[in-house]
Amino acid sequence: MEAVFLTFILMLSIFLGFELINKVPSTLHTPLMSGSNAISGITLVGALSSAGGGFEQLATILGVAAVALATINVVGGYLVTDRMLAMFKKKGDGK
Amino acid sequence: MSTVLLINLSYVIAAALFVFGLKLLSSAATARRGNMISAIGMLIAVIVTLLDQAIVEFQWILLGVVIGAVIGALGARLVAMTAMPEMVALFNGFGGLASLLVGWAALYEHQLGLFTLITVALSILIGGLTFTGSMVAYGKLSERISGKPVLFTGQQVVNGALVLAILASAAMFCMDPADHTWLYVLIGLSFVFGIMAVIPIGGADMPVVISLLNSYSGLAACAAGFAIGNMILIVAGSLVGASGIILTQIMCKAMNRSLTNVLFSGFGSASSGGTAIEGEVNPIDPQDAYYILEAASSVVVIPGYGMAVAQAQHAVKELQELLEENGCEVVYGIHPVAGRMPGHMNVLLAEADVSYDLLLEMDEINARMPTIDVAIVIGANDVVNPAAKEVEDSPIYGMPIISADQAHTVFVLKRSMASGFAGIDNPLFFKENTRMLFGDARESLTQVIREFE
Repeated sequence: MEAVFLTFILMLSIFLGFELINKVPSTLHTPLMSGSNAISGITLVGALSSAGGGFEQLATILGVAAVALATINVVGGYLVTDRMLAMFKKKGDGK
Repeated sequence: MSTVLLINLSYVIAAALFVFGLKLLSSAATARRGNMISAIGMLIAVIVTLLDQAIVEFQWILLGVVIGAVIGALGARLVAMTAMPEMVALFNGFGGLASLLVGWAALYEHQLGLFTLITVALSILIGGLTFTGSMVAYGKLSERISGKPVLFTGQQVVNGALVLAILASAAMFCMDPADHTWLYVLIGLSFVFGIMAVIPIGGADMPVVISLLNSYSGLAACAAGFAIGNMILIVAGSLVGASGIILTQIMCKAMNRSLTNVLFSGFGSASSGGTAIEGEVNPIDPQDAYYILEAASSVVVIPGYGMAVAQAQHAVKELQELLEENGCEVVYGIHPVAGRMPGHMNVLLAEADVSYDLLLEMDEINARMPTIDVAIVIGANDVVNPAAKEVEDSPIYGMPIISADQAHTVFVLKRSMASGFAGIDNPLFFKENTRMLFGDARESLTQVIREFE
Protein backbone atom coordinates (compact mmCIF):
# COMPACT_ATOMS: atom_id res chain seq x y z
CA MET A 1 0.00 0.00 0.00
CA GLU A 2 2.82 2.38 0.83
CA ALA A 3 4.24 1.87 -2.66
CA VAL A 4 0.96 3.00 -4.18
CA PHE A 5 0.84 6.00 -1.88
CA LEU A 6 4.37 7.08 -2.81
CA THR A 7 3.69 6.58 -6.51
CA PHE A 8 0.62 8.76 -6.14
CA ILE A 9 2.78 11.54 -4.71
CA LEU A 10 5.26 11.05 -7.54
CA MET A 11 2.55 11.47 -10.16
CA LEU A 12 1.19 14.67 -8.62
CA SER A 13 4.65 16.23 -8.19
CA ILE A 14 5.56 15.56 -11.80
CA PHE A 15 2.44 17.32 -13.04
CA LEU A 16 3.05 20.18 -10.64
CA GLY A 17 6.64 20.43 -11.88
CA PHE A 18 5.50 20.66 -15.50
CA GLU A 19 3.04 23.43 -14.66
CA LEU A 20 5.60 25.42 -12.67
CA ILE A 21 8.48 25.21 -15.11
CA ASN A 22 6.44 25.93 -18.22
CA LYS A 23 6.07 29.50 -17.04
CA VAL A 24 9.77 30.19 -16.63
CA PRO A 25 11.02 32.58 -19.36
CA SER A 26 14.05 31.52 -21.41
CA THR A 27 16.11 34.35 -19.89
CA LEU A 28 16.08 32.45 -16.62
CA HIS A 29 16.80 28.98 -17.94
CA THR A 30 20.35 28.81 -16.61
CA PRO A 31 19.45 29.91 -13.06
CA LEU A 32 16.50 27.54 -13.26
CA MET A 33 18.83 24.66 -14.03
CA SER A 34 21.34 25.45 -11.32
CA GLY A 35 18.54 26.18 -8.86
CA SER A 36 16.69 22.95 -9.56
CA ASN A 37 20.04 21.21 -9.43
CA ALA A 38 20.40 22.47 -5.88
CA ILE A 39 16.96 21.07 -5.09
CA SER A 40 18.03 17.67 -6.39
CA GLY A 41 20.61 17.81 -3.62
CA ILE A 42 17.65 16.89 -1.40
CA THR A 43 19.18 13.44 -1.55
CA LEU A 44 21.28 14.86 1.30
CA VAL A 45 18.34 14.17 3.61
CA GLY A 46 18.55 10.49 2.75
CA ALA A 47 22.33 10.52 3.06
CA LEU A 48 22.16 11.92 6.59
CA SER A 49 20.46 8.88 8.01
CA SER A 50 22.89 6.52 6.29
CA ALA A 51 25.89 8.44 7.57
CA GLY A 52 24.70 8.88 11.12
CA GLY A 53 22.51 5.85 11.68
CA GLY A 54 25.21 3.78 13.33
CA PHE A 55 24.92 1.05 10.72
CA GLU A 56 27.77 -1.17 9.66
CA GLN A 57 30.96 0.48 8.53
CA LEU A 58 30.37 0.29 4.79
CA ALA A 59 26.96 1.99 5.13
CA THR A 60 28.55 4.79 7.13
CA ILE A 61 31.31 5.30 4.57
CA LEU A 62 28.80 5.36 1.73
CA GLY A 63 26.66 7.75 3.77
CA VAL A 64 29.48 10.18 4.48
CA ALA A 65 30.50 10.25 0.83
CA ALA A 66 26.87 10.84 -0.14
CA VAL A 67 26.54 13.62 2.44
CA ALA A 68 29.64 15.37 1.09
CA LEU A 69 28.56 15.09 -2.56
CA ALA A 70 24.99 16.16 -1.88
CA THR A 71 26.18 19.10 0.20
CA ILE A 72 28.36 20.28 -2.68
CA ASN A 73 25.24 20.14 -4.79
CA VAL A 74 23.08 22.02 -2.30
CA VAL A 75 25.52 24.69 -1.13
CA GLY A 76 27.18 25.22 -4.51
CA GLY A 77 23.88 25.12 -6.39
CA TYR A 78 22.09 27.70 -4.28
CA LEU A 79 25.09 30.03 -4.03
CA VAL A 80 25.87 30.01 -7.72
CA THR A 81 22.20 30.55 -8.58
CA ASP A 82 22.06 33.49 -6.23
CA ARG A 83 25.23 34.90 -7.73
CA MET A 84 23.74 34.68 -11.21
CA LEU A 85 20.37 36.09 -10.29
CA ALA A 86 21.99 39.04 -8.54
CA MET A 87 23.31 40.07 -11.95
CA PHE A 88 19.94 40.14 -13.67
CA LYS A 89 18.99 43.79 -13.70
CA LYS A 90 16.55 45.88 -15.58
CA LYS A 91 17.41 49.37 -16.71
CA GLY A 92 16.51 51.78 -13.95
CA ASP A 93 17.04 49.31 -11.14
CA GLY A 94 19.44 50.81 -8.65
CA LYS A 95 22.90 49.36 -8.97
CA MET B 1 6.19 9.16 17.50
CA SER B 2 5.82 12.91 17.86
CA THR B 3 9.32 13.48 16.42
CA VAL B 4 8.40 11.46 13.38
CA LEU B 5 5.26 13.53 12.98
CA LEU B 6 7.24 16.76 13.37
CA ILE B 7 9.75 15.61 10.77
CA ASN B 8 7.10 14.72 8.28
CA LEU B 9 5.14 17.92 8.81
CA SER B 10 8.34 19.89 8.28
CA TYR B 11 8.89 17.99 5.03
CA VAL B 12 5.49 19.19 3.89
CA ILE B 13 6.54 22.77 4.63
CA ALA B 14 9.86 22.23 2.83
CA ALA B 15 8.03 20.87 -0.21
CA ALA B 16 5.72 23.89 -0.20
CA LEU B 17 8.73 26.20 -0.07
CA PHE B 18 10.34 24.39 -3.04
CA VAL B 19 7.16 24.79 -5.05
CA PHE B 20 6.79 28.43 -4.10
CA GLY B 21 10.47 29.09 -4.83
CA LEU B 22 10.15 27.58 -8.32
CA LYS B 23 7.03 29.64 -8.90
CA LEU B 24 8.91 32.86 -8.11
CA LEU B 25 11.56 31.80 -10.63
CA SER B 26 9.11 32.57 -13.41
CA SER B 27 9.97 36.27 -13.29
CA ALA B 28 13.40 37.88 -13.24
CA ALA B 29 12.20 40.41 -10.67
CA THR B 30 11.30 37.76 -8.08
CA ALA B 31 13.69 34.97 -9.04
CA ARG B 32 16.33 35.76 -6.47
CA ARG B 33 13.79 35.67 -3.68
CA GLY B 34 12.49 32.39 -5.07
CA ASN B 35 15.94 30.84 -4.89
CA MET B 36 16.30 32.04 -1.30
CA ILE B 37 12.93 30.55 -0.34
CA SER B 38 13.84 27.24 -1.91
CA ALA B 39 17.14 27.29 0.05
CA ILE B 40 15.22 27.89 3.28
CA GLY B 41 13.06 24.87 2.44
CA MET B 42 16.22 22.81 2.04
CA LEU B 43 17.61 24.07 5.35
CA ILE B 44 14.41 23.12 7.17
CA ALA B 45 14.40 19.65 5.62
CA VAL B 46 18.01 19.04 6.63
CA ILE B 47 17.67 20.33 10.18
CA VAL B 48 14.55 18.36 11.06
CA THR B 49 16.11 15.23 9.61
CA LEU B 50 18.88 15.58 12.15
CA LEU B 51 16.25 15.45 14.91
CA ASP B 52 15.53 11.87 13.93
CA GLN B 53 16.33 9.66 16.91
CA ALA B 54 17.74 7.00 14.64
CA ILE B 55 20.66 9.31 13.93
CA VAL B 56 23.28 8.68 16.54
CA GLU B 57 26.65 9.52 15.04
CA PHE B 58 26.85 13.20 14.28
CA GLN B 59 30.60 13.36 13.81
CA TRP B 60 30.39 11.58 10.46
CA ILE B 61 27.62 13.82 9.26
CA LEU B 62 29.58 16.88 10.27
CA LEU B 63 32.63 15.63 8.40
CA GLY B 64 30.64 15.12 5.19
CA VAL B 65 28.81 18.43 5.47
CA VAL B 66 31.97 20.45 6.09
CA ILE B 67 33.80 18.89 3.15
CA GLY B 68 30.83 19.40 0.86
CA ALA B 69 30.06 22.94 1.99
CA VAL B 70 33.63 24.13 1.54
CA ILE B 71 33.96 22.65 -1.95
CA GLY B 72 30.50 23.84 -2.96
CA ALA B 73 30.97 27.38 -1.68
CA LEU B 74 34.41 27.76 -3.24
CA GLY B 75 33.20 26.40 -6.55
CA ALA B 76 30.19 28.70 -6.60
CA ARG B 77 32.24 31.79 -5.79
CA LEU B 78 35.19 31.16 -8.06
CA VAL B 79 33.58 29.87 -11.24
CA ALA B 80 33.63 32.29 -14.18
CA MET B 81 30.26 32.97 -15.74
CA THR B 82 31.52 31.62 -19.05
CA ALA B 83 32.30 28.32 -17.32
CA MET B 84 28.77 27.96 -15.98
CA PRO B 85 27.74 25.07 -18.27
CA GLU B 86 30.53 22.79 -17.08
CA MET B 87 29.87 23.83 -13.48
CA VAL B 88 26.24 22.78 -13.76
CA ALA B 89 27.31 19.52 -15.39
CA LEU B 90 29.68 18.84 -12.52
CA PHE B 91 27.05 19.54 -9.86
CA ASN B 92 24.58 17.32 -11.71
CA GLY B 93 27.11 14.53 -11.61
CA PHE B 94 27.69 14.88 -7.88
CA GLY B 95 23.96 14.82 -7.23
CA GLY B 96 23.64 11.64 -9.27
CA LEU B 97 26.49 9.94 -7.47
CA ALA B 98 25.06 10.94 -4.08
CA SER B 99 21.74 9.32 -5.00
CA LEU B 100 23.53 6.18 -6.11
CA LEU B 101 25.29 5.98 -2.74
CA VAL B 102 22.06 6.60 -0.82
CA GLY B 103 20.35 3.79 -2.71
CA TRP B 104 23.30 1.48 -2.11
CA ALA B 105 23.53 2.31 1.60
CA ALA B 106 19.83 1.56 2.00
CA LEU B 107 20.74 -2.11 1.52
CA TYR B 108 22.50 -2.18 4.87
CA GLU B 109 19.79 -0.50 6.85
CA HIS B 110 16.64 -2.53 6.53
CA GLN B 111 15.25 -5.75 5.24
CA LEU B 112 14.00 -4.75 1.82
CA GLY B 113 10.97 -5.97 -0.07
CA LEU B 114 10.94 -6.54 -3.81
CA PHE B 115 9.48 -3.13 -4.67
CA THR B 116 12.14 -1.38 -2.62
CA LEU B 117 14.87 -3.51 -4.18
CA ILE B 118 13.70 -2.46 -7.62
CA THR B 119 13.85 1.20 -6.58
CA VAL B 120 17.34 0.63 -5.14
CA ALA B 121 18.39 -0.79 -8.51
CA LEU B 122 16.80 2.20 -10.23
CA SER B 123 18.53 4.77 -8.06
CA ILE B 124 21.85 3.02 -8.71
CA LEU B 125 21.22 2.90 -12.44
CA ILE B 126 20.00 6.50 -12.84
CA GLY B 127 22.48 7.87 -10.33
CA GLY B 128 25.38 6.04 -11.95
CA LEU B 129 24.61 7.09 -15.49
CA THR B 130 23.97 10.66 -14.37
CA PHE B 131 27.38 10.69 -12.73
CA THR B 132 29.52 9.42 -15.60
CA GLY B 133 27.33 11.10 -18.22
CA SER B 134 27.81 14.43 -16.46
CA MET B 135 31.54 13.88 -16.18
CA VAL B 136 31.80 13.29 -19.92
CA ALA B 137 29.64 16.38 -20.53
CA TYR B 138 31.91 18.29 -18.18
CA GLY B 139 34.96 17.11 -20.10
CA LYS B 140 33.44 18.12 -23.42
CA LEU B 141 32.26 21.51 -22.20
CA SER B 142 35.53 22.43 -20.55
CA GLU B 143 37.33 21.09 -23.62
CA ARG B 144 39.35 18.64 -21.59
CA ILE B 145 38.18 16.08 -24.11
CA SER B 146 37.17 16.65 -27.71
CA GLY B 147 33.69 18.09 -28.21
CA LYS B 148 33.29 16.04 -31.37
CA PRO B 149 30.80 13.20 -31.34
CA VAL B 150 32.40 9.78 -30.90
CA LEU B 151 30.82 7.27 -33.20
CA PHE B 152 31.84 3.79 -34.22
CA THR B 153 30.23 1.06 -36.25
CA GLY B 154 28.05 -1.23 -34.22
CA GLN B 155 27.46 1.42 -31.59
CA GLN B 156 23.73 0.75 -31.51
CA VAL B 157 24.40 -2.97 -31.08
CA VAL B 158 26.84 -2.35 -28.23
CA ASN B 159 24.38 -0.01 -26.53
CA GLY B 160 21.55 -2.47 -27.00
CA ALA B 161 23.63 -5.23 -25.44
CA LEU B 162 24.51 -2.89 -22.60
CA VAL B 163 20.84 -2.21 -21.87
CA LEU B 164 20.10 -5.93 -21.83
CA ALA B 165 23.04 -6.56 -19.52
CA ILE B 166 21.82 -3.85 -17.16
CA LEU B 167 18.31 -5.30 -17.09
CA ALA B 168 19.69 -8.78 -16.46
CA SER B 169 22.02 -7.75 -13.66
CA ALA B 170 19.28 -5.64 -12.08
CA ALA B 171 16.99 -8.67 -12.13
CA MET B 172 19.67 -10.92 -10.63
CA PHE B 173 20.34 -8.35 -7.96
CA CYS B 174 16.66 -8.09 -7.01
CA MET B 175 16.36 -11.87 -6.76
CA ASP B 176 19.40 -12.30 -4.55
CA PRO B 177 20.27 -9.01 -2.84
CA ALA B 178 22.51 -10.73 -0.29
CA ASP B 179 25.02 -11.57 -3.00
CA HIS B 180 26.64 -8.28 -3.82
CA THR B 181 28.34 -9.43 -7.01
CA TRP B 182 25.36 -8.34 -9.08
CA LEU B 183 25.23 -5.05 -7.25
CA TYR B 184 28.78 -4.24 -8.29
CA VAL B 185 28.12 -5.38 -11.84
CA LEU B 186 25.09 -3.11 -11.95
CA ILE B 187 27.05 -0.13 -10.68
CA GLY B 188 29.82 -0.74 -13.21
CA LEU B 189 27.38 -1.13 -16.10
CA SER B 190 25.54 2.06 -15.11
CA PHE B 191 28.81 3.95 -15.23
CA VAL B 192 29.63 2.53 -18.65
CA PHE B 193 26.13 3.34 -19.89
CA GLY B 194 26.47 7.00 -18.83
CA ILE B 195 29.69 7.32 -20.81
CA MET B 196 28.27 5.55 -23.86
CA ALA B 197 25.18 7.75 -23.78
CA VAL B 198 27.05 11.05 -23.90
CA ILE B 199 30.11 10.41 -26.10
CA PRO B 200 28.11 10.33 -29.36
CA ILE B 201 26.70 13.79 -28.68
CA GLY B 202 28.43 16.81 -30.22
CA GLY B 203 29.28 20.17 -28.68
CA ALA B 204 26.39 22.08 -30.20
CA ASP B 205 23.89 19.60 -28.76
CA MET B 206 25.12 20.14 -25.23
CA PRO B 207 22.11 22.27 -24.17
CA VAL B 208 19.94 19.19 -24.68
CA VAL B 209 22.31 16.90 -22.82
CA ILE B 210 22.70 19.19 -19.84
CA SER B 211 18.94 19.60 -19.51
CA LEU B 212 18.48 15.87 -19.73
CA LEU B 213 21.17 15.13 -17.14
CA ASN B 214 19.57 17.76 -14.93
CA SER B 215 16.36 15.83 -15.21
CA TYR B 216 18.11 12.55 -14.42
CA SER B 217 19.73 13.96 -11.29
CA GLY B 218 16.23 14.74 -10.05
CA LEU B 219 14.90 11.33 -11.02
CA ALA B 220 17.84 9.67 -9.26
CA ALA B 221 16.96 11.53 -6.05
CA CYS B 222 13.37 10.47 -6.60
CA ALA B 223 14.34 6.80 -6.94
CA ALA B 224 16.51 7.08 -3.83
CA GLY B 225 13.43 8.50 -2.07
CA PHE B 226 11.51 5.35 -2.95
CA ALA B 227 14.42 3.21 -1.78
CA ILE B 228 14.43 4.74 1.68
CA GLY B 229 10.72 5.57 1.81
CA ASN B 230 11.24 9.31 2.15
CA MET B 231 8.56 11.54 0.75
CA ILE B 232 10.50 14.79 0.47
CA LEU B 233 13.04 13.12 -1.80
CA ILE B 234 10.27 11.93 -4.06
CA VAL B 235 8.56 15.31 -4.26
CA ALA B 236 11.70 17.42 -4.73
CA GLY B 237 13.28 14.87 -7.07
CA SER B 238 10.28 14.70 -9.35
CA LEU B 239 9.98 18.51 -9.47
CA VAL B 240 13.55 18.62 -10.75
CA GLY B 241 12.93 15.70 -13.07
CA ALA B 242 9.96 17.46 -14.62
CA SER B 243 11.85 20.71 -14.94
CA GLY B 244 14.73 19.05 -16.76
CA ILE B 245 12.38 17.27 -19.14
CA ILE B 246 10.65 20.51 -20.06
CA LEU B 247 13.94 22.24 -20.75
CA THR B 248 15.02 19.27 -22.85
CA GLN B 249 11.83 19.54 -24.86
CA ILE B 250 12.29 23.29 -25.42
CA MET B 251 15.87 22.72 -26.59
CA CYS B 252 14.88 19.95 -28.99
CA LYS B 253 12.11 22.06 -30.46
CA ALA B 254 14.54 24.93 -30.96
CA MET B 255 16.68 22.62 -33.06
CA ASN B 256 13.73 21.03 -34.84
CA ARG B 257 14.95 17.60 -33.83
CA SER B 258 13.54 14.80 -31.78
CA LEU B 259 15.19 13.70 -28.58
CA THR B 260 16.07 10.30 -30.06
CA ASN B 261 17.72 12.06 -32.97
CA VAL B 262 19.87 14.17 -30.61
CA LEU B 263 20.80 11.19 -28.46
CA PHE B 264 21.68 8.70 -31.14
CA SER B 265 22.55 10.38 -34.40
CA GLY B 266 25.86 12.06 -33.55
CA PHE B 267 24.86 15.20 -35.40
CA GLY B 268 27.64 17.08 -37.09
CA SER B 269 29.68 14.02 -37.88
CA ALA B 270 27.61 13.28 -40.93
CA SER B 271 29.20 14.77 -44.00
CA SER B 272 27.19 17.89 -44.64
CA GLY B 273 25.08 17.33 -47.66
CA GLY B 274 23.85 20.15 -49.83
CA THR B 275 25.41 22.04 -52.62
CA ALA B 276 28.64 23.94 -52.13
CA ILE B 277 27.90 27.58 -51.77
CA GLU B 278 29.06 29.81 -54.58
CA GLY B 279 29.88 33.42 -54.08
CA GLU B 280 32.24 35.77 -52.42
CA VAL B 281 32.45 37.04 -48.92
CA ASN B 282 32.75 40.77 -48.33
CA PRO B 283 35.20 41.60 -45.59
CA ILE B 284 35.02 44.94 -43.87
CA ASP B 285 37.42 46.80 -41.61
CA PRO B 286 36.48 48.28 -38.23
CA GLN B 287 36.54 51.81 -39.56
CA ASP B 288 33.93 51.14 -42.24
CA ALA B 289 31.91 49.16 -39.72
CA TYR B 290 31.95 52.24 -37.55
CA TYR B 291 30.61 54.46 -40.35
CA ILE B 292 27.69 52.11 -40.92
CA LEU B 293 26.94 51.77 -37.21
CA GLU B 294 27.12 55.51 -36.71
CA ALA B 295 24.41 56.02 -39.30
CA ALA B 296 22.22 53.19 -37.97
CA SER B 297 19.13 53.91 -35.91
CA SER B 298 18.40 50.34 -34.87
CA VAL B 299 20.88 47.56 -34.15
CA VAL B 300 20.32 44.00 -33.02
CA VAL B 301 23.11 41.95 -31.51
CA ILE B 302 22.90 38.18 -32.02
CA PRO B 303 25.35 36.41 -29.73
CA GLY B 304 26.45 32.78 -29.85
CA TYR B 305 28.94 30.50 -28.17
CA GLY B 306 31.79 32.47 -29.78
CA MET B 307 30.92 35.45 -27.60
CA ALA B 308 31.47 33.28 -24.53
CA VAL B 309 34.77 31.95 -25.88
CA ALA B 310 36.07 35.43 -26.68
CA GLN B 311 34.71 36.82 -23.38
CA ALA B 312 33.27 39.61 -25.51
CA GLN B 313 30.16 40.38 -23.44
CA HIS B 314 31.65 43.46 -21.75
CA ALA B 315 32.82 44.90 -25.07
CA VAL B 316 29.33 44.29 -26.44
CA LYS B 317 27.82 46.24 -23.58
CA GLU B 318 30.27 49.09 -24.17
CA LEU B 319 29.31 49.24 -27.83
CA GLN B 320 25.65 49.21 -26.83
CA GLU B 321 26.15 52.26 -24.63
CA LEU B 322 28.00 54.16 -27.34
CA LEU B 323 25.30 53.39 -29.87
CA GLU B 324 22.58 54.43 -27.47
CA GLU B 325 24.35 57.74 -26.82
CA ASN B 326 24.32 58.15 -30.55
CA GLY B 327 20.53 57.86 -30.56
CA CYS B 328 20.43 54.30 -31.84
CA GLU B 329 18.15 51.61 -30.40
CA VAL B 330 19.99 48.42 -29.43
CA VAL B 331 18.35 45.10 -28.65
CA TYR B 332 19.61 41.52 -28.44
CA GLY B 333 18.23 38.50 -30.26
CA ILE B 334 18.71 35.33 -28.24
CA HIS B 335 18.22 31.93 -29.83
CA PRO B 336 17.11 29.26 -27.35
CA VAL B 337 20.08 27.02 -28.12
CA ALA B 338 22.73 29.72 -28.48
CA GLY B 339 25.66 28.73 -26.31
CA ARG B 340 26.23 25.49 -24.49
CA MET B 341 23.34 25.45 -22.05
CA PRO B 342 19.81 26.83 -21.86
CA GLY B 343 19.95 30.55 -21.13
CA HIS B 344 23.75 30.70 -21.44
CA MET B 345 23.79 34.00 -23.38
CA ASN B 346 21.36 35.65 -20.98
CA VAL B 347 23.63 34.97 -18.03
CA LEU B 348 26.71 36.32 -19.82
CA LEU B 349 24.93 39.50 -20.85
CA ALA B 350 23.53 39.89 -17.35
CA GLU B 351 27.09 39.66 -16.08
CA ALA B 352 27.99 42.56 -18.38
CA ASP B 353 25.08 44.52 -16.89
CA VAL B 354 22.85 44.41 -19.95
CA SER B 355 19.24 45.05 -18.94
CA TYR B 356 17.25 41.82 -19.33
CA ASP B 357 14.30 43.53 -21.01
CA LEU B 358 16.54 44.18 -24.02
CA LEU B 359 17.02 40.44 -24.55
CA LEU B 360 14.38 39.42 -27.05
CA GLU B 361 13.36 35.87 -27.83
CA MET B 362 13.59 34.51 -31.34
CA ASP B 363 9.99 35.11 -32.50
CA GLU B 364 9.93 38.64 -31.21
CA ILE B 365 13.17 39.67 -32.88
CA ASN B 366 12.31 37.95 -36.16
CA ALA B 367 9.12 39.99 -36.43
CA ARG B 368 11.19 43.16 -36.18
CA MET B 369 14.15 42.07 -38.27
CA PRO B 370 13.14 43.69 -41.60
CA THR B 371 13.09 47.11 -39.91
CA ILE B 372 16.51 46.69 -38.31
CA ASP B 373 19.41 48.61 -39.85
CA VAL B 374 22.31 46.48 -38.65
CA ALA B 375 22.37 42.94 -37.25
CA ILE B 376 25.66 42.13 -35.52
CA VAL B 377 26.28 38.40 -35.31
CA ILE B 378 28.88 37.66 -32.65
CA GLY B 379 30.21 34.14 -32.55
CA ALA B 380 26.92 32.63 -33.64
CA ASN B 381 26.69 30.48 -36.73
CA ASP B 382 24.13 27.71 -36.97
CA VAL B 383 21.40 29.71 -35.21
CA VAL B 384 21.50 32.34 -37.97
CA ASN B 385 22.11 29.96 -40.86
CA PRO B 386 19.54 30.65 -43.59
CA ALA B 387 20.20 27.17 -44.97
CA ALA B 388 17.74 26.04 -42.31
CA LYS B 389 15.06 27.78 -44.34
CA GLU B 390 16.38 27.63 -47.88
CA VAL B 391 18.40 24.47 -48.46
CA GLU B 392 16.13 21.47 -48.23
CA ASP B 393 18.86 18.87 -48.02
CA SER B 394 20.80 20.71 -45.35
CA PRO B 395 21.12 18.74 -42.10
CA ILE B 396 19.67 21.67 -40.18
CA TYR B 397 16.78 22.24 -42.59
CA GLY B 398 13.66 23.13 -40.60
CA MET B 399 15.44 24.39 -37.53
CA PRO B 400 13.99 27.73 -36.44
CA ILE B 401 16.62 30.45 -36.81
CA ILE B 402 17.04 34.12 -36.13
CA SER B 403 16.64 35.70 -39.57
CA ALA B 404 19.65 37.99 -39.37
CA ASP B 405 19.80 38.01 -43.18
CA GLN B 406 16.61 40.10 -43.29
CA ALA B 407 18.24 43.09 -41.63
CA HIS B 408 19.47 45.81 -43.99
CA THR B 409 23.10 45.07 -43.20
CA VAL B 410 24.59 42.12 -41.37
CA PHE B 411 27.95 42.19 -39.65
CA VAL B 412 29.41 38.81 -38.86
CA LEU B 413 32.22 38.77 -36.32
CA LYS B 414 34.16 35.64 -36.89
CA ARG B 415 37.61 34.30 -36.35
CA SER B 416 37.91 32.68 -39.77
CA MET B 417 35.79 31.07 -42.43
CA ALA B 418 35.58 27.74 -40.58
CA SER B 419 32.05 26.38 -40.35
CA GLY B 420 30.16 26.15 -37.07
CA PHE B 421 29.90 23.25 -34.69
CA ALA B 422 27.34 21.57 -36.86
CA GLY B 423 29.97 21.58 -39.61
CA ILE B 424 27.65 23.15 -42.15
CA ASP B 425 28.43 25.97 -44.55
CA ASN B 426 26.55 29.13 -43.85
CA PRO B 427 25.10 30.95 -46.88
CA LEU B 428 24.59 34.01 -44.70
CA PHE B 429 28.29 34.81 -45.06
CA PHE B 430 27.92 35.02 -48.83
CA LYS B 431 24.86 37.26 -48.95
CA GLU B 432 25.08 40.65 -50.56
CA ASN B 433 24.15 42.54 -47.42
CA THR B 434 26.63 40.66 -45.24
CA ARG B 435 29.98 42.10 -44.17
CA MET B 436 32.55 39.92 -42.45
CA LEU B 437 34.61 41.39 -39.65
CA PHE B 438 37.37 38.82 -39.27
CA GLY B 439 39.34 38.40 -36.07
CA ASP B 440 38.79 37.76 -32.41
CA ALA B 441 35.32 39.04 -31.53
CA ARG B 442 36.49 41.07 -28.56
CA GLU B 443 39.40 42.58 -30.50
CA SER B 444 37.13 43.57 -33.39
CA LEU B 445 34.58 45.15 -31.07
CA THR B 446 37.26 47.07 -29.24
CA GLN B 447 38.53 48.45 -32.54
CA VAL B 448 35.05 49.57 -33.55
CA ILE B 449 34.55 51.12 -30.11
CA ARG B 450 37.82 53.01 -30.50
CA GLU B 451 36.49 54.58 -33.70
CA PHE B 452 33.61 56.04 -31.71
CA GLU B 453 35.97 57.88 -29.42
